[in-house]
Amino acid sequence: MFPAPFGYVRAESLDEALAVLAREGPGAKILAGGQSLLPMMKLRIAEPALLVDIHRLPALTGWQETAEGLTLGAVVRHSQLERAEALQEFYPLLGRTARWIADPLVRNRGTVAGSLAHADPAGDWGAALLALGASVTLRSLTRTRELPLDAFLVDIFTTALEPDEVLTAIRIPKPAGRPFGTYLKLERKVGDFAVVGVAVNVVLDARHTVVEAGIGLAGVGPRALRAPAAEAALIGHPLESGGIREAAALAAEAADPVSDRRGSRAYKRNVVRVFVERGLKALADESRPEVGVTA
Amino acid sequence: MALELSEPRPLGKPIRRKEDARLIRGQGRYLDDIVLPGMLHLALVRSPYAHARIRRIDVQRAAALPGVHLVLTGQDLAAAGLAWMPTLAGDRQMVLAVDKVLFQYQEVAAVVAESRALAEDAAALVEVDYEPLPAVVDPYRALEPGSPILREDRDPPSNRIFHWEAGDRAATEAALARSAVVVRETVRMPRVHPAPLEPCGCIADYQRATGRLTWYVTSQAPHAHRTVLAMVAGIPEHKIRVVSPDVGGGFGNKVPVFPGYVAAIVAAMRLNRPVKWVETRTENLTSTNFARDYHMTVEIGADADGKVTALKVSTIADHGAFDAAADPTRFPAGLFSIVTGSYDFPVAFAEVDGVYTNKAPGGVAYRCSFRVTEASFLIERAMQSLALRLGMDPVALRLKNFIPPEKFPYHSPLGWTYDSGNYRATLERAMERIGYAALRQEQAERRARGELMGIGVSTFTEIVGAGPSHTFDILGIKMFDSCELRVHPTGKVLARLGTRHQGQGHETTFAQVIAEELGLTADDVLVEEGDTDTAPYGLGTYASRSTPTAGAAAAVAARRVRDKARRIAAHLLEVAEDDVEWDGTRFHPAGTPARGVTMAEVALAAYTNPPPGMEPGLEGTVYYDPPNLTFPNGAYLCVVDIDKGTSQVHVRRFVAVDDCGTVINPMVVEGQIHGGLTEGFAIAFLQEIAFDEQGNCLAPNFMEYLVPTAVETPQWETDRTVTPSPHHPIGAKGVGESPNVGSPAAFVNAVIDALAPLGVTHLDIPLYPWKIWEVLHERGVAE
Ligand SMILES: Cc1cc2nc3c(=O)[nH]c(=O)nc-3n(C[C@H](O)[C@H](O)[C@H](O)COP(=O)(O)OP(=O)(O)OC[C@H]3O[C@@H](n4cnc5c(N)ncnc54)[C@H](O)[C@@H]3O)c2cc1C
Repeated sequence: MFPAPFGYVRAESLDEALAVLAREGPGAKILAGGQSLLPMMKLRIAEPALLVDIHRLPALTGWQETAEGLTLGAVVRHSQLERAEALQEFYPLLGRTARWIADPLVRNRGTVAGSLAHADPAGDWGAALLALGASVTLRSLTRTRELPLDAFLVDIFTTALEPDEVLTAIRIPKPAGRPFGTYLKLERKVGDFAVVGVAVNVVLDARHTVVEAGIGLAGVGPRALRAPAAEAALIGHPLESGGIREAAALAAEAADPVSDRRGSRAYKRNVVRVFVERGLKALADESRPEVGVTA
Repeated sequence: MALELSEPRPLGKPIRRKEDARLIRGQGRYLDDIVLPGMLHLALVRSPYAHARIRRIDVQRAAALPGVHLVLTGQDLAAAGLAWMPTLAGDRQMVLAVDKVLFQYQEVAAVVAESRALAEDAAALVEVDYEPLPAVVDPYRALEPGSPILREDRDPPSNRIFHWEAGDRAATEAALARSAVVVRETVRMPRVHPAPLEPCGCIADYQRATGRLTWYVTSQAPHAHRTVLAMVAGIPEHKIRVVSPDVGGGFGNKVPVFPGYVAAIVAAMRLNRPVKWVETRTENLTSTNFARDYHMTVEIGADADGKVTALKVSTIADHGAFDAAADPTRFPAGLFSIVTGSYDFPVAFAEVDGVYTNKAPGGVAYRCSFRVTEASFLIERAMQSLALRLGMDPVALRLKNFIPPEKFPYHSPLGWTYDSGNYRATLERAMERIGYAALRQEQAERRARGELMGIGVSTFTEIVGAGPSHTFDILGIKMFDSCELRVHPTGKVLARLGTRHQGQGHETTFAQVIAEELGLTADDVLVEEGDTDTAPYGLGTYASRSTPTAGAAAAVAARRVRDKARRIAAHLLEVAEDDVEWDGTRFHPAGTPARGVTMAEVALAAYTNPPPGMEPGLEGTVYYDPPNLTFPNGAYLCVVDIDKGTSQVHVRRFVAVDDCGTVINPMVVEGQIHGGLTEGFAIAFLQEIAFDEQGNCLAPNFMEYLVPTAVETPQWETDRTVTPSPHHPIGAKGVGESPNVGSPAAFVNAVIDALAPLGVTHLDIPLYPWKIWEVLHERGVAE
C-alpha cells in the first residue's frame, strides 16, 4: 500500500501551479484533497511523476455570493458546504448533498472541484451541480475558459480538462425565485458510493409555479446525468402529484445504468423513479405554505 | 453502570475493563508498533491469476534495486524443503508457488528490503511469466468428472478433499419417507471473511549466535504456532519464543500459519536481521483465511401437527486451493453435527464433502466454534421453511420441538451430549421483551394495508469449549488449556494462561474469576497471556473456548491456592485446619468471625512464616481437560420493515436473550453480544467474498467488502437467562460467538416472514436490496 515513487511541489500561487503543469506535461497531477488521488496511488492504479499541491492556495479558497450567483473556489471542501448555513437560503441542495459524501474524515479534506475533476460516475457532486445548472472555469497559463458542467463531464473518469489546466472555480446561477432542493442516495453502507443518487432542485415563483427545475442522477450512467425531459415537464406547473409522477417516469428513462453487483439495470432505473418522486414530494411538502399551524 | 476494579467479590459484576485504559488511549502495543534495531521489511509478490502455470520467474531487476537484501521464490524454498508447509487441517499449502498458482493473490515471491515502500517497489519488478489455465470456481463443477484436477501433488488425483458423515443415513431416510411433511431447501452460506481491523503480520528475529528465534506474531494460539514452527522449520522448540502482542481482533483469522510468516522467518535466518511482514487490507481479505462457503441441502421431516421426525443434511464445503481449516483433527467439518440444534430429533444424518477450487485457502471458523454458524443457520432456516409449510407460527413450532429441560444431559442423534439448557424459558423471555403477540397483531394490520413487515426467530444452540482430550486434538496436541497462578508476598497475583485474548477482555474477566476464589479484587490480579516463554502451554483463544477451558483452569488453580492458604491460615489462627472457615474474603475460626486473616496476610506468611514442614510459596498450576463441551444457547427475535420502493430492509428491533450459563461480567458479555450481532447483521445483509468466472476476487477491499458502521447497525436489546453448565467449575459456558452463530437466521427469517405472503420461502444471503426487489417486481408489488 505504498505509492510508486513520485515528486511533490507545493505551489505558492496559481500561476506557479499552471507553469509547472505547462512544463511537466501529463505526468504532473494536481493534488487537492487527495481523497481520490492518494488511494489510487497507493493501489498503484495511478502513478503520477509529480504532484502539484494546490490545496492551500488562498486564491482558490472560499466562495463569493453575488447577484448573479455563487462562485465556489476550487479548494472548497465538502465539509465547508455541509456546514455553510449562509448558503441554505439560496442553495439548499449544496448542504443536503455534502452530508451524504463519504464520512467526516473524507469530507474534511476532499474538495468539490476535485470531485468534479475526478469524474467518478457515482460521485455525488456531479449530479447535484448539474441539477443546479453549474458551470466550471478552467485555466491554463495561456487561456481561461468557462464550460457548462454538462459539457465538462465527458465519460467515466473523463472530463474536458486538458493536462495543463486547473479547474479554478465552480459557478452556480442565482435562482429566479424560491429554491427547494434535496439529495437522495441509495448506498449499501455509509461512506459507500451511490448505487443510485438523485438530486432534485426546483425554483418556485410567488404563485408556487415551478420556474426552474434541475434533476441530476449519479451512479446510473458513464457520468453524472441530467434528466432534461423530466425537468421540462415540471416547468410552468405547480409541484403536485400528477406532474411529479410524470417527471419521475421521465427521469427513469434518462437513466442508463448497467447491471452489476449493486443491482440490475431495471432495479436502478426503478430506484431513480422512486427517488425522483419521493424527492419532489418532499420539496412540495416543504414549499407548501404552512396554513393554520400553531405552536 | 460500570464498577471499578476495586470492587470486592467481583464475580458476576460489570467491572470496568482493564485493557480499555490503554487500548482506547492508543497505548496498546500491536505487532506493527514493534520496531527492532536493524529491522528489514518483507513484501510479497502475488499471482494475478486464479489458475496458471509458472513458466519462469525473473528476480534480477528486483534484486538489483539498491536497498534490496533478498528475493525468495518457491524454488529457493524448495531447496530448503520449505516450499510447502502443513496446514492445521492436515493438508499442505504452498509457501511460495512452485510450478503453478492455484488462486488469485497466491504468494509467488518474497522481497526483503530496507523499507516497506522499497520492498513494494522491488516486488513490482519481479517478472513472472504465467500460462493461464481454466479456473474452477464452482465447487459443484470441481466434483464433475473431467474437471481439471487442481492439486496435482495429491494422490489419488481428485478435487474431493474428504467425505465426512455422522448419524444414521438409512434410519433417517426411512423416517423421512414415513413423515407426513418433508421440506427440502438448499441454503448457501457464502464465503465471508473475519476481517479483523488489524491484519496479520509478524516479525522474525533470529540471533545466529544463540540460535534463538523470537517471533512476534498476530496469533490467537501462540503455543500451537511455536510447536508447528518447530515441526516445520526444524528449530528446536525451546529455541523459539513466540510473542503475541496486543491483537486487534482475530475472529479465527489469526489461528492458522500463513506463507508470509514462513517467508519472514526464512529471510530472518538467512540475513541474520529482524524481518517484518505485515499484510495489507487487500492481502488480508484475499489470501488469509476466509470462513463459511458451505453449500447445504437440508430435508426436514415432521408429522402433521409439527413434531419433527428426521433431519438429513448434505453439504459441499468449498475450501479453496488448500484445506487450511483449523478444525480439530477428527472433525474435518468442524462441529457441524450440532446441526440438529435445539430440537429433539429422533434421528438425523449429516454429510460433508470438502472440495478444492481456485480460490484462497481456508476456511476458518469466523467467530464460531468450527462450522457451528453454518449448522445453526441451516437448522433455523429449515425450521422457518417447515413452519411455513405447516402454516404454523414459527415460535409455536419451536416450542413444540425443543429439547425439554428434563432431558438434559441430552444425547443428540449426531453424537453430542448437551450439558444444560432451558430453551422454552429463554424463548419466552425474548417474546415477552419484544411483545410478540402484539407484533403479530400489528403485522396482520400492516399486511392488510399492503405493507411488508416481518418477524424473525432463531433459537440456536452453540457448542463450544473444545475440548475433552478423548475427542479433541489439533495435530495430535490435546485441546486442554492452562493457568499458572502466583500469589506474591503482599497478596497480589500474577496469573498466566495458555490462551490469547484479542478483545474478549480476559485481563478483566479471568482476574474476576481468580479474585472471587481468593477473596481479592480484580485489581489485585494481573493476567498475562501471549508469551510462550512465560505462559503455560495452551491451545489458544478461538471457538469460544477460553472460558470453558482456561477460565476453568483459572478457577481450579485459585482453589488449589486457597486450599494451601487454608492450611497456612490454620497455622496463623492457631486452630486445626478443619476448624477454619472461608467467608469469601477471609479465613476465620469456625464460630469466631471477628478473628480472621485475609489472603494478603496468608500470602505474607507463605513467604515469611510458613507452617513448619510446609513448602514456602503460594502458587498453583492447572492444566484443565474439560469433561465435556458446553452448550450456550439463545433466543433471538427480529422485526424488519421493507421499503417497497428501494427494497431496503430496516431492522426495527432486535431482541437477543442469551444463556451462557454463569456470567462472569455482564458488561463484557453484552459487549461480546453487540459485536457478534453486528457481524451477524453484516453476514445477513452485506458481506460476501465473491468471485467472477475467472476466479478474480470481487471483494478485495473495504469498498466492496462491506463492514457495517454505527450508522447501519441496528439497536440491540439484550437480556439473559442463566442455566449454569453442570460440569464447569463456575458454571460458565462461553459466549463470544453465540450472537454470530444465532443472528444471521433471525435476520433472514424476518425478511422471509415479511415476503411469505408472496410465496417466498428462501433467498440466499447476503440479502442485498436488489435481490428483494427482483422478487417484489416479479410479483408486481414493488412501488
Ligand atoms: C472512503 C471514501 C469514500 C468516498 N465516498 C464518496 C461518496 O460517497 N460520494 C462522493 O461523491 N465522493 C466520495 N469520495 C470521493 C471524495 O469525494 C473525493 O474527495 C473527491 O472525489 C476528490 O476530491 P479531492 O479534493 O480529494 O481530489 P484529489 O484526490 O486531490 O484529486 C482527484 C483528481 O482530480 C484532480 N484535481 C483535483 N482538483 C483539481 C483541480 N482543481 N483542477 C484540476 N484537477 C484537479 C486530481 O489531479 C486528481 O486526478 C470518497 C472518497 C473516499 C476516500
